[in-house]
Amino acid sequence: MPEPLLSVRALQKRFGGVLATDDVSLDLAPGELHALIGPNGAGKTTLLAQLAGSLKPDAGSIAFEGRDIAELAQHRRVAAGIARSYQITSLFARLNVRDNLALAVQARSGSSFVFWRPRSAEAGLFEEAGALVARIGLAGREGVRADALSHGEQRALEVGLALATRPRLLLLDEPMAGLGPEETARMIALIERLRDGTTVLLVEHDMDAVFRLAARISVLVNGRVLASGSPEAIRGNAQVRRAYLGEDLAAGFTSDQR
Amino acid sequence: MLKPKPWVGTALVAAFAIALPLALRAGGQVFYISFASQVLIYALAATSLNLVLGYGGMVSFGHAAFVGAGAYVASLLLHAGVESAWIAWPAAMAVAAAIALATGAISLRTRGVYFIMITLAFAQMLFYLANSIKAWGGDEGLTLARRPSLGFGIDLGDELAFYYVVLALLAAALYALHRVVGARFGHAVVAIRENETRAEAIGLPVFRARLACFVIGGAAGGLAGALLACHDKYVNPNVLHWTQSGTLMIMVILGGVGRLWGGVLGAVALLGLERLLADFRIGWLAALFPNYAQHTSLAVGVVLLAAVLFAPRGLAGWRGSHNA
Repeated sequence: MPEPLLSVRALQKRFGGVLATDDVSLDLAPGELHALIGPNGAGKTTLLAQLAGSLKPDAGSIAFEGRDIAELAQHRRVAAGIARSYQITSLFARLNVRDNLALAVQARSGSSFVFWRPRSAEAGLFEEAGALVARIGLAGREGVRADALSHGEQRALEVGLALATRPRLLLLDEPMAGLGPEETARMIALIERLRDGTTVLLVEHDMDAVFRLAARISVLVNGRVLASGSPEAIRGNAQVRRAYLGEDLAAGFTSDQR
Repeated sequence: MLKPKPWVGTALVAAFAIALPLALRAGGQVFYISFASQVLIYALAATSLNLVLGYGGMVSFGHAAFVGAGAYVASLLLHAGVESAWIAWPAAMAVAAAIALATGAISLRTRGVYFIMITLAFAQMLFYLANSIKAWGGDEGLTLARRPSLGFGIDLGDELAFYYVVLALLAAALYALHRVVGARFGHAVVAIRENETRAEAIGLPVFRARLACFVIGGAAGGLAGALLACHDKYVNPNVLHWTQSGTLMIMVILGGVGRLWGGVLGAVALLGLERLLADFRIGWLAALFPNYAQHTSLAVGVVLLAAVLFAPRGLAGWRGSHNA
């Protein structure tokens, strides 16, 4: 394995009596699409939040491109190349699609401490936002307020906001949540197109999507990494069967879970 | 439908504001020129709060701290023999900005009710400080022998000249606000107001942007305070009292939270209403409530209630909701 892009060692996070992240170690190779699966409450989102920087771990280290980022604030991690999307859609609800994306482009390109020059004069910013609109499949919907979009469109914009920051590591928290079959297919296609260059950590319950997209899979149960390996290895892992899928294993791994 | 150009309304307002004191002087109502200056100063103070509260979404209940600091700095400098407004007013802004920087750096680590309470607490601390310092006149305050000098042959002691200087400063502040909210900074600050979590997640420097917004609002509030002290030729601790913060907040809510003209409309409406009730006998109102003039704040309360219920976006939003 080449030098990992992200290297997590012995990460720990405790909420009162609950160990939400229990001695987690994880390596992501550059360009890899790594899926993180596990039952509800396993600590997937908690782990994601610690990688993104909105939650401070109690112990352990996080290295990104060889640099320790455990103490870096979230917005600085974004600048370093780590972006996340949310399981529960989190947009600028009263702004339209174009302005949502323009904000994320603005945050990435240059300073936000420009007090006098009108932002509307920055053609490049809106060109890039426009390209993103097309990329996430929302062409023609630029002027629609985010809260007026359909659920599927909102999920696309959710991922689009993270993409606008041009991440080298993209943390996706259940991007298919609540999507119909057609929208799921579109989301899978969008994530597949990221393969050229972007490293992705994908938290997802949709097993079809996971096994289709992931090069490697880690299984998180009760805050611990139970197993980590290729889709085939995870499929055949007896421990994973028992802990995660129990009786429904065959059904869960061969057809749509929902 | 034929829509007027956006600048037409602004030009009409400007023409009215320029003509008003001339008309008042011609009509022998010089007192009302001074009153109009006071309204413009409060409009500036409310506009500065609107940047923080309306655009920045920071419900600061301590804006009087910055207005009061500006008023005291300008007054103390004049007392110390510094006559030039070119020194006194920038100094008032600088001190207010410094106080905003220090208090903001602490209070902006809190959210919601805690932020409201901590900003209130800081302002009240200054209020008690001003009350207790003898050199600042204690609770009696300071009387100024005259207004500062501006040079260029402008006599600020002349009510007409003072009015136009205040009007020019308010116009400059409104133009600056217009530029700032249209620039990257304004978009960032509004984004943080709309969704702080996401703003941080797309890489916006949430804390620093908020603090910068708080400091700019504080500095502009300091200028309003300096003008207020010069206008009254007097300052006392009441300028720092929490009711002053409350009045400014009412103006912003009444005028339009996060609207360019919100602070101006709120100040004109609130002070205009108070003046109207105090100076003119309104027949039908007197028939119903013989002593209504002694209860102007009750009337203001009714108007505020009506505004929140029927024009939740403020006076500025009223018009906007029709042609939006």
